[in-house]
Amino acid sequence: MRHVVSVLVQDKPGVLQRIAGLIARRGFNIESLAVGRTHQEGLSRISLVVTGDDRVLEQVEKQLNRLIEVIKVTDHSEPHVERELALVKVAVPGMEERLEIKDIAEAFRARIVDVARKSIIFELTGDSSKVHNFIEAMRPYGLLEVMRTGAVALSRGEQVLKVREKKPAV
Amino acid sequence: MNGAAAILKALEKQGVNIIFGHPGGTIMPTYDALYDSPIRHILVRHEQGGVHAATAYARASGKVGVVMATSGPGALNLVTGLQDALMDSTAVVAITGNVPQALIGTDAFQEADVCGITQPVTKHNFQIRDVRDIPRVIAEAFYIASTGRPGPVLVDVPKDVQLAPFSGSFDVEIDLPGYKPTFKGHPRQIERALEALAKAKKPVLMVGGGAQHASAEVIEFAEKSGIPVIPTLMGLGAFPGTHRQFLGMPGMHGSVAANWAIHNADTILAIGLRFDDRVTGKVSRFAPNAHTIIHVDIDPAEIGKLVSTAIPVVGDAKWVAAELAKGARKLSIAEWWQQVDEWRTKHPFGWNSKPYLQSQEVIHAFWEATGGKAIVTSGVGQHQMFTAQFFKFDKPRSWINSGGLGTMGVGLPFAIGAALARPGETVIDFDGDGSFQMTLQELATVKKYNLPVKIVILNNGFLGMVRQWQDLFHARRYSEVYLADSNPDFAKLAEAYGIKGLTLSDRGKLAETVKEVLEHEGPVLLDCRVHHEEGVFPMIPSGGAAEDMIIENPREAVEAGD
Ligand SMILES: Cc1ncc(C[n+]2csc(CCOP(=O)(O)OP(=O)(O)O)c2C)c(N)n1
Repeated sequence: MRHVVSVLVQDKPGVLQRIAGLIARRGFNIESLAVGRTHQEGLSRISLVVTGDDRVLEQVEKQLNRLIEVIKVTDHSEPHVERELALVKVAVPGMEERLEIKDIAEAFRARIVDVARKSIIFELTGDSSKVHNFIEAMRPYGLLEVMRTGAVALSRGEQVLKVREKKPAV
Repeated sequence: MNGAAAILKALEKQGVNIIFGHPGGTIMPTYDALYDSPIRHILVRHEQGGVHAATAYARASGKVGVVMATSGPGALNLVTGLQDALMDSTAVVAITGNVPQALIGTDAFQEADVCGITQPVTKHNFQIRDVRDIPRVIAEAFYIASTGRPGPVLVDVPKDVQLAPFSGSFDVEIDLPGYKPTFKGHPRQIERALEALAKAKKPVLMVGGGAQHASAEVIEFAEKSGIPVIPTLMGLGAFPGTHRQFLGMPGMHGSVAANWAIHNADTILAIGLRFDDRVTGKVSRFAPNAHTIIHVDIDPAEIGKLVSTAIPVVGDAKWVAAELAKGARKLSIAEWWQQVDEWRTKHPFGWNSKPYLQSQEVIHAFWEATGGKAIVTSGVGQHQMFTAQFFKFDKPRSWINSGGLGTMGVGLPFAIGAALARPGETVIDFDGDGSFQMTLQELATVKKYNLPVKIVILNNGFLGMVRQWQDLFHARRYSEVYLADSNPDFAKLAEAYGIKGLTLSDRGKLAETVKEVLEHEGPVLLDCRVHHEEGVFPMIPSGGAAEDMIIENPREAVEAGD
């Protein structure tokens, strides 16, 4: 099973290394990892795409929670929005192909962000399978470079990841 | 005041009165400040000795152990000990110097990425980059190390931070929004646990190292319910070894009664343990008849990690055991006890008396002579297992060994830490000739502070535990395990350090020698020349299950002709 996991972390030096190290050490299978700042100072948010059964997922969540800088972990099993951004540089051998390529891109709602004599860069957002399908559709023309950000996700509705209220110290 | 003095002041605020350590270039400002500090420093001869001593200090006292080292080589010598403390959940704070911030990342002299390297071997680590953060970070380090599931925390302090002027306050607030250990177990889960136990026909209680501080509550619960009790290697002492409900430890070299009781149990209550593979053997064949496993642990990640748990209780062992004790009822398990007793009487830990000196009888003799009143440490190997089998630990925090990591060489530094934590008590290190030689430089520390530790080397001239595996599983091909040809004369070695040294090979002299060792006021090393081919049994081969248990030494059966 594929899961998207969001992790709210304190933006401290080494935190990304800690998370990456933990994943490698525990042998978890990670498809992608994306990280960025949030609207709150000192907090970053990480999206992980993990494959594994429920037991693996439970361990990923629990082990992440053990990290001191990890504030909250959630598995997006509930309705959520998931997006990935990709930049795809496609080879354009000739005029005929150029038209075909543009047609395909339109169907995927990919934007052209750079045009050269023998290549086009497309920008595409969507869930990971859409990105995957677009890349496969372009493969026959010749993929020159592909850069994907990895999936990011938010839960739908009011549900949010936030810092818990302070509990009494033990 | 500078940063270095602030570090020591902050440590003082945490109640630290002893630091184990070794100086060097980048930690020198703090050593300079130590000159004026009321904190006592114990100078070890190798940083590994320091971190192990701090670990034992923590385990024997229940306080946080502190170790200090310089950057690069000094800090890296801590790595083994940090992992050891991590695996056996021990509260240790390590303070390391580092090169000045301007030099970090330049491959400066004695620079190493200490925070990077120690990340997987600590519960958490910090690098202090601003002198103003010292009081808060030290407070957070102690808080993290000692709460929740205890563990080692490293604080790395670049030299310029130690030298920077400091004028802040030491009344600091901890700011750890991501760290909220659960303390109280869920009442409904505790109720469910009690209900499951009430229905059980064949229950057992397993107690781990996480219950060393919960001994009184565990005993109360056990006595009220009348349940058979199985402490793990790390749990020994949390429940008295001479108690009539004690079945011995489980696992690879555990007792027959403990392993068969777990194998046949229908309900297992496990408090403060993590189902290590040395306890479970092959997990899929562990406790096949247990329909209900109740797992009490402070670390939620341990629950369901290896063994599926019907009733998880996340909480502190002491708190949960007290609640369990409150609700406990006498269980009607007379038949089960009959069965368990049969195993216990038929297969006690024992040894076949031989004409030569045996490790088992040496340990037994010390147990008898001390009445069990001692803090005991060991290295790793056969002697460690023999100690766990034959020294009956009646008190918590009295057995300090390396369970999770199995670190050879911990025996002597552990004894040092224990002796400093609990002055006036007898401390015995049952060590192996191999293990002892991994940290023997700490004899100098024993001498320097005249610590009255009793070092008993069970000298079989081999890396005995490895030899045993080669004997059983590698057709007696004794590859690189022979030590006797090049071992030192350990008694003379001790004497060279100014420590009383004795050698024993005549078993007829055992009792008087034990007496001599215990009555000597200062430190003693006793080199016991034990037989070279003894085996530890029972044994469940690695990856096996209770059914695969080898109860008696097959070699001896053959040699006896049956
Ligand atoms: C640092 C380290 N290296 C290697 C081992 C593997 N090992 C486990 S037991 C053992 C033999 C220990 O020999 P000794 O200390 O003489 O004890 P004995 O088994 O003979 O009682 C070895 C080499 C270990 N546990 N730790």
